[in-house]
Amino acid sequence: MPVSLNSSKAIYAALKASGIRLVSALPETWLVHLIRMAEDDPEMTLVRLAKEEEGVGISAGAHFAGVGSAMLMQNHGFLASINGIVSFAFLYRIPLLMLISYRGSFGEKDPWQTQGGGVTEPLLRALGIPYFCLQTVESVPLRIRQAHELCASSLQPVALLLTRDLMWEE
Amino acid sequence: MLRLDCLRSIYSQLEKCVVVTIMGAIAAELQSIGHRPNFFYLQHAMGLASSTGLGLALSLPEQTVVVLDGDGSVLMNLGTFSTMARYRPRNLLHIVFDNESLLSVGGFPTATATGTDLAQIAKAAGVPRTATVTDCDAFVVAITDALAARTLTTIVAKVEASGPAKYVTDLTLLENRFEFSRYLRTLKKPLR
Repeated sequence: MPVSLNSSKAIYAALKASGIRLVSALPETWLVHLIRMAEDDPEMTLVRLAKEEEGVGISAGAHFAGVGSAMLMQNHGFLASINGIVSFAFLYRIPLLMLISYRGSFGEKDPWQTQGGGVTEPLLRALGIPYFCLQTVESVPLRIRQAHELCASSLQPVALLLTRDLMWEE
Repeated sequence: MLRLDCLRSIYSQLEKCVVVTIMGAIAAELQSIGHRPNFFYLQHAMGLASSTGLGLALSLPEQTVVVLDGDGSVLMNLGTFSTMARYRPRNLLHIVFDNESLLSVGGFPTATATGTDLAQIAKAAGVPRTATVTDCDAFVVAITDALAARTLTTIVAKVEASGPAKYVTDLTLLENRFEFSRYLRTLKKPLR
């Protein structure tokens, strides 16, 4: 499978270095390595979801308890989470570190991903969620640390878009 | 059975737990009995109270977490039963007050009014202990047993579709949120 193991390792190491100890996830092709790393790590609590919006509540509960968390999801999972993001995370000032696989953009071959790809960045902007497109493995450690820092200081959602250039090797 | 009577009858037990409620009548009624810093009222994001309880229970294994949910909210996130059952934290008690109604928006019937059985859904999803109760004495016994059992439990309490005259209280959302998180982070020992 041409999902980048190298980039996945860099992302996972950066999450650990930021003190993330709970990850919620819903399986998606580009996230397989990350989910397996979380599953195999005795220091990490992995919560496998039925729908991504649950992850907003789980991250809120972890935050209240002082546990750092991150959400792993596809951009369609972000779309499915928007009410929770607005009427929980923004309403109650909950820091959400969202790692979103950016399907449906340049190079996408699956027709079903394309509509969601087109609205992902406009929706992040409409919601006022700061985001950064991770395109190179070299940028991963700094940008994940910075995203976590902004998340913690602003007490709001922050997104990192995991692009095809970062996640896919072909 | 009135939800307010149920809440009064278990209030002394809730005092020792980390409590998450849904919006509307339940939040207002619990506050009318007495707010505490270990109570968090999720005044929107319907469906996510149980997910919040799961996140709390996994992060605070030495505390007992109680979620006060409702039929309208839980029907918006039925997947929560399968996620809770998957991790089945021993310190999570999920109480669903089922008035078969979306009371706060005019009392329109929910699917439980036409036969949907939330305790059976929870059981089939894998929640190890489930029960439905219809009177206050049975409710108290079910809650007391569940807290003693230290096993993930969903209790469905069939209550009348009635609530307080108003839902907005003088406790602001952010005041509640920051008081709650600050309190949890000071906990060194279990409340119970």
